[in-house]
Amino acid sequence: MSRLILTTLAATASLLAYADWPHFRGADGSGAIPDAVLPTSLDPKRNIAWEIPLPGRGLSSPIIVGDRVFVTCSSGPKQARLHVLCFRASDGVKLWERQFFATGRTMCHEKTSVAANSPATDGQRVFALFSSNDLVALDLDGNLLWLRALTLDYPNVSNSLGMSSSLVVADGTVVAQVENDTQPLALGIDAATGVNRWRLERPKMANWTSPILYTDPSTGQKVVALQSGKGLLGIEPATGKELWNYAEGASTVPSSAAANGVLYVPSSGITAIKPTSPGQPPTQLWRANTLRPGTSSPAVFGDRVYTINGAGVLSCGDTKDGNRVWQLRLKGPFSASPVMAGRFLYVPNEAGLLQVVDTSKPEGELVSEMDLGQTILSTPAISGNALFLRSDGKLWKVSGGT
Amino acid sequence: MSSKSSSLRPLTFSLTLACLLPVAGPAADLESALATLAKVGPEGQGNETASQAWNTLAAAPADQLPQLLSAMNTANDRSRNYLFAAAAAIADRQTAAGGTLPMAALGDFLLDTHNEGRARRLAFELLRRGDSAAADALLPGLLDDPAADLRREAVQRLVDNAAKTLAEGRKESSAVLYRQAIDFARDADQIEAIAKPLKDLGRPIDLVQHLGFLTQWKVIGPFDNTANAGYSKVFPPESERVFDATYDGKDGKVRWTDFTTTHELGMVDLNKAWAPLKEVTGYATTVFHSDVARPAELRLGCKNGWKLWFNGQFVFGRDEYHRGAEIDQYRFPVELKAGANTLLVKVTQNEQKEEWTVEWEFQLRVTDPTGKVLRSVPPQARVASAAR
Repeated sequence: MSRLILTTLAATASLLAYADWPHFRGADGSGAIPDAVLPTSLDPKRNIAWEIPLPGRGLSSPIIVGDRVFVTCSSGPKQARLHVLCFRASDGVKLWERQFFATGRTMCHEKTSVAANSPATDGQRVFALFSSNDLVALDLDGNLLWLRALTLDYPNVSNSLGMSSSLVVADGTVVAQVENDTQPLALGIDAATGVNRWRLERPKMANWTSPILYTDPSTGQKVVALQSGKGLLGIEPATGKELWNYAEGASTVPSSAAANGVLYVPSSGITAIKPTSPGQPPTQLWRANTLRPGTSSPAVFGDRVYTINGAGVLSCGDTKDGNRVWQLRLKGPFSASPVMAGRFLYVPNEAGLLQVVDTSKPEGELVSEMDLGQTILSTPAISGNALFLRSDGKLWKVSGGT
Repeated sequence: MSSKSSSLRPLTFSLTLACLLPVAGPAADLESALATLAKVGPEGQGNETASQAWNTLAAAPADQLPQLLSAMNTANDRSRNYLFAAAAAIADRQTAAGGTLPMAALGDFLLDTHNEGRARRLAFELLRRGDSAAADALLPGLLDDPAADLRREAVQRLVDNAAKTLAEGRKESSAVLYRQAIDFARDADQIEAIAKPLKDLGRPIDLVQHLGFLTQWKVIGPFDNTANAGYSKVFPPESERVFDATYDGKDGKVRWTDFTTTHELGMVDLNKAWAPLKEVTGYATTVFHSDVARPAELRLGCKNGWKLWFNGQFVFGRDEYHRGAEIDQYRFPVELKAGANTLLVKVTQNEQKEEWTVEWEFQLRVTDPTGKVLRSVPPQARVASAAR
C-alpha cells in the first residue's frame, strides 16, 4: 500500500472520527450526546463564545465535522440565492462560502424559508438541500463535487408552503425525501457522483418530516426510516430495498427519534416500535398519547424520551412503557427540537429564549435561560462541548462556564 | 432570462471558448472544462466529470472572470449553476488574497444586456465588492434592465428615496418618485408594496390594470371531483371548444357562460360563478390577442388543483390543494402567435371543509419574458385605434 493511500486513509479515518453532528439531531437520531458537557448556567458574556452574522435566512440546523461548522442560508428576492457556508468552530472565522441560484420554486410560508432543510455530511463531503429542491455536494474545503436540480428533474416536486425534509447519508448514499401532494419521491443518490441509486414513489401527501438513520444493534446494519402520514418505512440506504413497514400512520411535521434499535414515532402520540426481522412489521412496544409532540421532534437519552407539545409543555416518558414520568411547562412556542448534552436538555423557543432543563430532577427543572434576541426556529447542534444555533441573521457558539 | 439573451446562439459559446485560449495548456484545460460542464444533464448525468471541471474553472485567474460569466449565456440551468459558483469562488479567492477584480471588464459585461441576467447580476455584485460607490452609481441606469434582480434593486433605490422624501414632508415629490418606481417595477410583490404608499398619498393604482390580469372569461361547470378523481378525468371542455354546447355536470346540465372578475387582484372566483362548492371541477377560457408573434410568459396563481392549456396544448398542472397562492406563482414561457391565442384553465376543488379551504379560484396574466405586462388587443380595438 502506498504512502499516499495510507495518508489518505488516515485522513479519512480522522475526518470520520470527528463527524460530530453530521445531520439533523445528531449522529444516532436521538438528539443527544451523552458525554457532552455544556454550560448549565447561561450568561451571554460568559457563554457566547462567538456570534457571527449570516448572509441570509434559514432554519436548517448547523452540522459539524471536527473544527468546521456548516450552515445553509437563502437570500435575495424570493430567497432565490442559496448559500452554503463553513466556519471554524473554535473561533467563528468564515473559511469559505459558496453561492448558487435556485432552479426550483422558492415560494414558501413566510414563517419558514428556502434554507429549511438541514444539510448532512459523511465526514468527507457536505450535502445541502434547499426548499427549491436544489441539492449540492461540496468537499470540506468548499470545492463543488456535484449538484442536482431536482425540480428540473421532477417538475412537480414542490410544496407551496415550503419543503423542509433534511438529508441523511449512509453507505455512500444521500437519502432525500422530496414529498408533497403532487409528485412525492424519495431518492437515494450516490454520494460520490450525484447520480440516482434508487427512486421510490411515496405517499401522495405533503410531508415535512426528515428521514431517520439508525444502526440495527443486532446486525450492525445501517437503516433509514422514511416517515410520512402513512407511517414509517425502513429501507436499506444503498438500494432503497424495503426492510420493514409500520403502516399505522405518523405525523407529517415532527420526525421520529431512534435509540438502541427502537424508534419513537410521532404516531398516535408517541409509538415505540422495534424492527425485528426483514419483511416483518416492527413490534409495537407501547403507545403513549400523553407524549404527543407539537412541532418539535422527540429526543431520547438513557431510559427517557422527551417531547414538547403544542402548548410548550415538556414531557418526560419512560422508554420501557411510555408512561409519563413528569411534565414541565416551558416558555414556548417551539419550532426547534430539543437536544441533550447528558442529562441537560437544551431548546430555544421561537422568540430566541434558550432554555436549559435538568432532566435528572424528579419533576424536571428549568435551570437556566438566555435570551438571544432573535427568532429561532432551528434545532441546535452539539459538538466539542459547545452548542451551535442559528437564526435568520446569526450563528452562535455557546460554550464554557460550569 | 431576457428576451435578448434567450436569442443567443451557440456561436456565443464558441466565442467564449475562443476567449479562453490565451495560452495553450491552461486554455485547453478551460475549454475542456467548459465542454464538460455543458454536458451536465438531468438526474445527475455528467456529474462525475463535472467535479474536476469545476475545480479547473475555479482555479482560473481573476482576469478570466468575464469569460467565465460569458459561458453562462448558453449554459443550461444546471451547468450555469456550476459556472456561477466557480466565478464566485474565483472572486472570493482573489479578494481574500488582497488582489483586485477586473472591474472594467466586469462593467462591460454588466452593461451588455445581451448577456444572461444571473451572470450580469453576479458581475454587478463583484463590481460592488470592488467599488461600492461605482456600483451604486450605476443603479439608476438599471431601472429598465431586462434582468429582474438588477431592475429590482434599481427600483428599490428609487422607493427608498421616495420614502426618505416623504419622511421629509415632501409629499408631492414623493408621489412622483413612487410613481416612477411602480412604472419600472416588474416583480408583483414590489409593485404591491409601492402601491400602498401611493394610495396613502391619494394616488391609488388600479392593480388589475397595472399588473395586466385577464378579467374577461367564459366559464363552465361544475363537473365532478369526488375523491379528487376529476383532476385526471377528461371532461368535454378539454376536448372541444363549443360554446353553445350543453354537457352533463355534477348536478345537472352545464353550459358556458360569460364571467368578468372585479376582484382587486384579478382573481377568477369560481365560487362566485356558481356557489361555494366542494369536490367540483370548473373550466375557464379566454382569448389573448397579440398583434405580433413573440415570446411571452403565462403567469398563474392558484391554490387549487389546476391544469393549463395554451393554444390547445397542455402546458402544466398540479393537484396540490390549499397550500397557498401568490401572484406569478407559476411561470411558463410560451410563444404567442399573431392574432388569437386561446387559454384554458381547469380548476379543481377538493373535499376539505376548513375555513381556509373555501377558495376555488385562480389569477392569470401574460407578460413578456422580463415581466412587462402584455395586453390583449382584440382586432376591433386595433381597428378603432387606427381609425382614431
